[in-house]
Amino acid sequence: MYEFVSGPLVWLAFIIFIGGSLYRIYKMLSDCKKENVVFPHMSLKHSLASLVHWVIPFNNQYMQKRPIFTIVSFAFHICLILTPVFLLAHLVLLDESWNISWFNIPDGIADWMTIVVIIGCIFFLYRRLTDPVVQNVTDGSDYLLLAITALPFITGFIAYHQLFAYKTILIIHILAGEIMLIAIPFTRLSHMLFFVFTRAYFGSEQGHVKNSKDW
Amino acid sequence: MKPTIVKREPVVDDALDQCEARLTEEEIEKVINEVIDKETGGRLWTYVNTCIHCGLCAEACHWYLSNDRDVSFAPVTKVKDTIWVMLEKKGKVDAAFIKRCSQIAHTECNLCRRCGMYCPFGIDIAYMLLVVRRICAKLGMVPLYLQDTVHSHAATMNQMWVKPDEWIDTLQWQEEEAQGYVPSARLPLEKEGAEIMYSVIGPEPKFLAQLLGNITVIMKVAGLDWTMPATAGWDNSNMAMYSGDFEIMARVERLHHETAQRLKVKKIVMGECGHAFRGAQYDGPTWMGWMKPPIPIVHAIEFYYDLIKSGRIKIAKKAEGPITSQYPCNVIRNAGLGSKLQYIMSAVCENFVDLIPNDRHAFCCNAGGGTINCGPPWKKLRVQSARLQSENFKRTGAHTIVTPCHNCHSGVEDIVDKYKLGMHVKFFSELLIEAMEIPEHLKPKEEEAE
Repeated sequence: MYEFVSGPLVWLAFIIFIGGSLYRIYKMLSDCKKENVVFPHMSLKHSLASLVHWVIPFNNQYMQKRPIFTIVSFAFHICLILTPVFLLAHLVLLDESWNISWFNIPDGIADWMTIVVIIGCIFFLYRRLTDPVVQNVTDGSDYLLLAITALPFITGFIAYHQLFAYKTILIIHILAGEIMLIAIPFTRLSHMLFFVFTRAYFGSEQGHVKNSKDW
Repeated sequence: MKPTIVKREPVVDDALDQCEARLTEEEIEKVINEVIDKETGGRLWTYVNTCIHCGLCAEACHWYLSNDRDVSFAPVTKVKDTIWVMLEKKGKVDAAFIKRCSQIAHTECNLCRRCGMYCPFGIDIAYMLLVVRRICAKLGMVPLYLQDTVHSHAATMNQMWVKPDEWIDTLQWQEEEAQGYVPSARLPLEKEGAEIMYSVIGPEPKFLAQLLGNITVIMKVAGLDWTMPATAGWDNSNMAMYSGDFEIMARVERLHHETAQRLKVKKIVMGECGHAFRGAQYDGPTWMGWMKPPIPIVHAIEFYYDLIKSGRIKIAKKAEGPITSQYPCNVIRNAGLGSKLQYIMSAVCENFVDLIPNDRHAFCCNAGGGTINCGPPWKKLRVQSARLQSENFKRTGAHTIVTPCHNCHSGVEDIVDKYKLGMHVKFFSELLIEAMEIPEHLKPKEEEAE
């Protein structure tokens, strides 16, 4: 079982993740060509200006008004991306298979970053359950996406600390990671892919076409 | 997803009620899919599939904030209750649903685009609600009063059923009025090759004619070469853009631009109106595939800024006391004229008290986006939902609110009235005409004055 989930399934997950993402982006761009406004309105300068104001925390008025959400959201997303990519245990596997490696985060810090992701998930869950606006636009899919995101980190945490049933948890952990990768291009987790584009377009329309700003 | 709990007082709008009785589900399905397949593309799909349902847009919306955070007014809810359902059910919805869509998109959203600015992903929610308006308009589901203005555009090429002779009469009358201040002032009609074509919105000749007199004086004092058309094409307003009837919108915008081309002017200067600028500068040209207006368009704020900054108009006596200004969405947030408005306000006012929030973060007057044109049936909720901005006005302690936009002017008058603010509402040109210096040689001579 372990050989299967850590071998062929990893390949499959990455192929679907990368292929699916490329297809989604290609489909979006070709659909945008059908509209007469999207491409003529794009401007590199204003796209970058918008991104700079929205990927740096507190660099726009709205984030300044919502400090707690901003801090949690940034910490969550940064840890979500960096932890799996720079985790020593992941890099060891990569080194064994392909003999390539890169900088790793010390395990102690990675452990805390995992906790940050889990806390972030709890925070988002809490908002979904309590904020009336969010509640009103929440359905099963939103909880499912949250679960898909949280599971690799929860299982990763348990596996690292070898709290119980190490082998089983490890297999679940790998599977959860694979599910998340596969889900990214085909669910609303795709905001990971599209965020840059929607931001760039709105920034371009506001800046390049409408001579204003979007932050 | 659970249905939104919606609490509204019942509103009778004959057009919506009759349309609901007439529409068939086949027709609805056909139109929804036609608009989505042929008139939208990657944007709509990406917006709907990128939205992570975080609800952060709610805090941006004055409807939501003014109605004690009633969830049914939040931008994301408006999208959930309209376009999400249409997409999910592939157009298989009933007439009552389309009626509710019109109510949401036409009467409970100003397309002010503040929510887009506060979405972390930059999802343009107002664009999606404009798509909903488009679908409603193609089905004939448009509030009665709004549709009436669209009929007026279609039949007369102006918004207010102004007849051709009334138009010319009004201009000549206002030329005479202007000559009371500056005897040599002229309102030149049909002057081919003039530098500037000045265009206004339908309500100016209909019931705000003094504004035409004001501009005649201002143009003379500034020494500008200008003209106005004597034919249809003088009206730069466009309610068809807001109902969703883009075919009529395009006719109106095309005639406006072609009139300027016929007069061979170098630029169009437009009166103090926000949506007219949006239509002439953006929505019209993009719908027609021109992308940009063929002749540059200058909004009144920018025009007055240039005149004051360059010294062509000098200020003799600044208006006294605290005065504030509304920031019209379509020329501030969506055209970047905020700092120029602050400049001209400071130039003519002794004590310009700025709104908080100001500039592109300022809230809508809640009349824009065609909502005020939906007429009396919808007025109560509209003014009630401007409570937030009424509090912002009150905090300034101003005696006058300047509104460089016609929609704002009417909307702010409603706010002042309902919330008993006791403030005056004026256009910028009304302040300027009082404050500016009229050079000696232009003033009426003593004996003529007597």
